[in-house]
Amino acid sequence: MSGLLQVENLAKRFGGIVATDDVVINIPEGELHAVIGPNGAGKTTLIAQLTGQLMPDSGRIRFDGTDITHLPMYQRSMLGLARSFQITSLFLDLSVLDNVSLAVQAHAGHSFHFWRDARQQADLREPARAALARAGLADRADRPAAALSHGEHRQLELAMALAGKPRMLLLDEPMAGLGPEESARMVEMLRALKKQYTILLVEHDMEAVFALADRITVLVYGRVIATGSPDEIRNNPQVREAYLGEHEEGVVHD
Amino acid sequence: MMRMFTLRNALAVVVVAGLLLVPVYAAFIGNNFILSMSTRIVILAIAATSLNLIMGYGGMVSFGHAAYLGIGGYVVGMLAFEGISSGFIQWPLALVVSALFALVIGALSLRTRGVYFIMITLAFAQMIYYVGVSLSRYGADDGLTIQRRSQFGDLINLSNKTAFYYLCLACLLGSVFIVWRLVNSRFGMVIQGARSNDIRMRAIGFPTYRYKLVCFVIAGTMGGLAGVLLANHTDFISPAVMHWTRSGDLIVMVVLGGMGALFGPLIGTVAFLALEEALPFVMAKTIDPYFIAQNIRPSEYWQIILGPLLLLVVLFARGGIDGLLARIDRKEQP
Repeated sequence: MSGLLQVENLAKRFGGIVATDDVVINIPEGELHAVIGPNGAGKTTLIAQLTGQLMPDSGRIRFDGTDITHLPMYQRSMLGLARSFQITSLFLDLSVLDNVSLAVQAHAGHSFHFWRDARQQADLREPARAALARAGLADRADRPAAALSHGEHRQLELAMALAGKPRMLLLDEPMAGLGPEESARMVEMLRALKKQYTILLVEHDMEAVFALADRITVLVYGRVIATGSPDEIRNNPQVREAYLGEHEEGVVHD
Repeated sequence: MMRMFTLRNALAVVVVAGLLLVPVYAAFIGNNFILSMSTRIVILAIAATSLNLIMGYGGMVSFGHAAYLGIGGYVVGMLAFEGISSGFIQWPLALVVSALFALVIGALSLRTRGVYFIMITLAFAQMIYYVGVSLSRYGADDGLTIQRRSQFGDLINLSNKTAFYYLCLACLLGSVFIVWRLVNSRFGMVIQGARSNDIRMRAIGFPTYRYKLVCFVIAGTMGGLAGVLLANHTDFISPAVMHWTRSGDLIVMVVLGGMGALFGPLIGTVAFLALEEALPFVMAKTIDPYFIAQNIRPSEYWQIILGPLLLLVVLFARGGIDGLLARIDRKEQP
């Protein structure tokens, strides 16, 4: 089985703590694959290694057959691996449209253009506006990013990930801190995106994960304890004991 | 949406218009001090503008920017000392040498961030300062008198104070124009993005290091130009222009005027140098008489007023003078 993203025996240690322990994940093209796990299970560490923010101690990451284990962040992004951040990580002092335009510009060749006004260039602004519209932020384009609400920040994160014309989205807790209404909107948006992109979704919100995911990987103390369809995961006794037992029971039963 | 008539635009226009008219005023009152002082303001404003490019727009707080004033100046001084006074050789060489220094300093410093970046740029500037001190052939500590200003044949005579002043002013306006184009270009968007959130920039696919390095070199070259002009203005170059306190002054000018504002550094330089001149004078008239009996002159310690004033600006007027005006403009807007 060869997937678009293949994680092979990935391991990462911080001193005595094993944050990623021999992780194997295989995500075929077109799949929405969710990674869940209790707090401190090493989900963010895993994503950081996939994007190149952290280098693994051992193991391999392949994207579309290419070994990207040792590629720096920006080159992975160039290959079509886009990431949205768990902690909102935007250009807060720039406008919303500038934020997304930068994401477009990143994929529009080198930026050693010193003279023409970048804010007047349709080949940057048009795709940026389109991405904003898809993320439901068309009417916020000219506001400073700092002036948006938390929910809108998450939407902007998504717009930026989309603007880079990615082949795969790595979404790190897109629902974090959202109210029920905003969460529902985000789930709808992800459902729409799911048709066009391969997605790795790291998320705490069980309801959203079980509603969206094609397959789920459960991470506990850095180790994969189960991978399978939502139904398989729901009925896996190991998962129930190790992870779901910590949460209120109601979440797993729809 | 964009209003043309705002207080901040008005101040920029007034300052530039004022600078354009200085030689006329100086001729009218027959006093050359004001012309000499304005030349100094204009030259240091070029250095401050270049520092603003990396510090205000790029978030690279260089605490060694005065080094380029010295490097540009020393290239002119050393060549003049060795008998080469053609500006066509001196100036391009000075700019190239400044750029090379900026390339090396930037290549190493930009691998660090935050306080480390500040300290390492300071360390490099101090190294260059001590190189200047040890240049015994070129006057070492005492500096080097430049016997002849840069020669440009019949093109322009730099010894003509008015012509030289307008040349400096043209260089300043040119620098501001270049910075304006730069920061709004694709390149400038990358620089501003890196200031705002460097990790995110790399995550979306920008190798920010090389963009910042190019920006650092452009600023260093522009600083070198200011050094060339300064050496010609004072007919003298010494390590003192590279002292770390001079780098601090440049930072103060930028912060005072408004970081990341196009005309901020110019306004900050005018304000800073005007205070430097005016404070001792005003204090001598007002406060000194009360201390005659004690035989001290408070006006000698004019920094006692300047310091708290700067503190107030940093604490209460973030964005400097320009930021203050921008805030008033916003309030007026319905």
